[in-house]
Amino acid sequence: MSDWVEACAAGDIDEEDVMRFDHAGRTFAIYRSPDDEYFATDGLCTHEKVHLADGLVMDDIIECPKHNGRFNYKTGDARGAPVCVNLKTYPVKVDAGKVLVQVG
Amino acid sequence: MTAMTSSTAPPRDYSLTGRDAKRAIENGLAAAEWYHTEIPRKQMKELMQRSDQPAIRDTVIWLAAFIVSAAGGIWFWGSWWCVPFLFVYGTLYGSSTDSRWHECGHGTAFRTQWMNDAVYQLACFMIMRNPVTWRWSHTRHHTDTIIVGRDPEIAVMRPPDLARVVLNFFGILDAWHAVTDMVRNAAGIISAAEKTFIPEQEQPKAIRVARIWLAIYVATIALALYLHSWLPLMLIGLPRLYGAWHHVMTGLLQHGGLADNVVDHRLNSRTVLMNPISRFIYWNMNYHVEHHMFPMVPYHALPKLHEMIKHDLPAPTPSILAGYREMVPAFLRQLRNEDYFLKRALPPTAKPYREELHNDIPMAAAAE
Repeated sequence: MSDWVEACAAGDIDEEDVMRFDHAGRTFAIYRSPDDEYFATDGLCTHEKVHLADGLVMDDIIECPKHNGRFNYKTGDARGAPVCVNLKTYPVKVDAGKVLVQVG
Repeated sequence: MTAMTSSTAPPRDYSLTGRDAKRAIENGLAAAEWYHTEIPRKQMKELMQRSDQPAIRDTVIWLAAFIVSAAGGIWFWGSWWCVPFLFVYGTLYGSSTDSRWHECGHGTAFRTQWMNDAVYQLACFMIMRNPVTWRWSHTRHHTDTIIVGRDPEIAVMRPPDLARVVLNFFGILDAWHAVTDMVRNAAGIISAAEKTFIPEQEQPKAIRVARIWLAIYVATIALALYLHSWLPLMLIGLPRLYGAWHHVMTGLLQHGGLADNVVDHRLNSRTVLMNPISRFIYWNMNYHVEHHMFPMVPYHALPKLHEMIKHDLPAPTPSILAGYREMVPAFLRQLRNEDYFLKRALPPTAKPYREELHNDIPMAAAAE
């Protein structure tokens, strides 16, 4: 399973921010942490299917823009109401200035 | 502003398990895509940024006002001099906690989450709203704002029960329902309506909180009996009645008299310009269209958000009095025709959105 796909250039995402990435009919959220690491999760909140890329990144937390549900985007853990179901996470690597996500 | 009327629709069913609940799902009104004014990501990020400083400042002032007013009420208890102190204490207890519960429930007031949680729990106790039940009901309110059969927080249903509205300025019916809900939850019973929006794994938490609260109220009543004095109850419990007036006054303006069953907060919510004292008590929730459109924006950034998007919103209502001057006649009209509502006029610079929902029943428009 080596289906790495290019999501964006590393510089496309500000530090402590998130970007939407759509691929093969699926949507993902790509994160750049305050310490300049990259992460990826499913793009929709597990509560009501809102795009997390419109939300707010604070440290290692992504907050959903609709109901303020919080996840740890590094682990996918739901961090309290109204989200109860964890987010799926995906491996990420940066190669030659490109952010690659293993979407399989 | 335009007034819209119709006379053919059946009476509304506000039950969360009733006819209109099913109809809202069938019509795509439940969990719909709502309108948002477009804001560049960079500006939106700036608006959403969390900070502890404004809420710590406001909370220190808030708690100090509690302590001073409570001390004055106790010191002067038995003389008329206690009245102004208890008026302030009651307004803080029975009204300012409405906005603190709300903002901290969203998790936007403070950047530090435990601070949000602490103020949330305290405010929920004072306003008598179970912190578990109301967190979930408010989630639904944001998903399905003023969608009949879906929104559990519609303050004035149609046709309006004006006696209930007036009684709630003194907290009477709200507190009665809060107490009966608390006793029911403390007995381990979650209602059918509550089960529609509280996930099963959260329900035991609602029961646990109800039991703790019930113990506090029993202890307060026991103390009052022991002291042969109303004072303990004037400080815990009764302020929810005698101090409710401000949160009801401002809360009714949020959606009162406006459209239901639309998916555009510009049409079913009202932004009202207010005096600074009311804005402190209300924590800027007078910017209500802005709050519903972007619930991630903290209360202290709402005035800036308002300036940024006002070209796309109906003109704000200029004062609390102006709000009541349009809302009360609308309530009176709804007594005769529950389909009557105040249609918000968007400015020429605004982007229209799904107007068919605003006009999907036979209506006759008349300029006010």
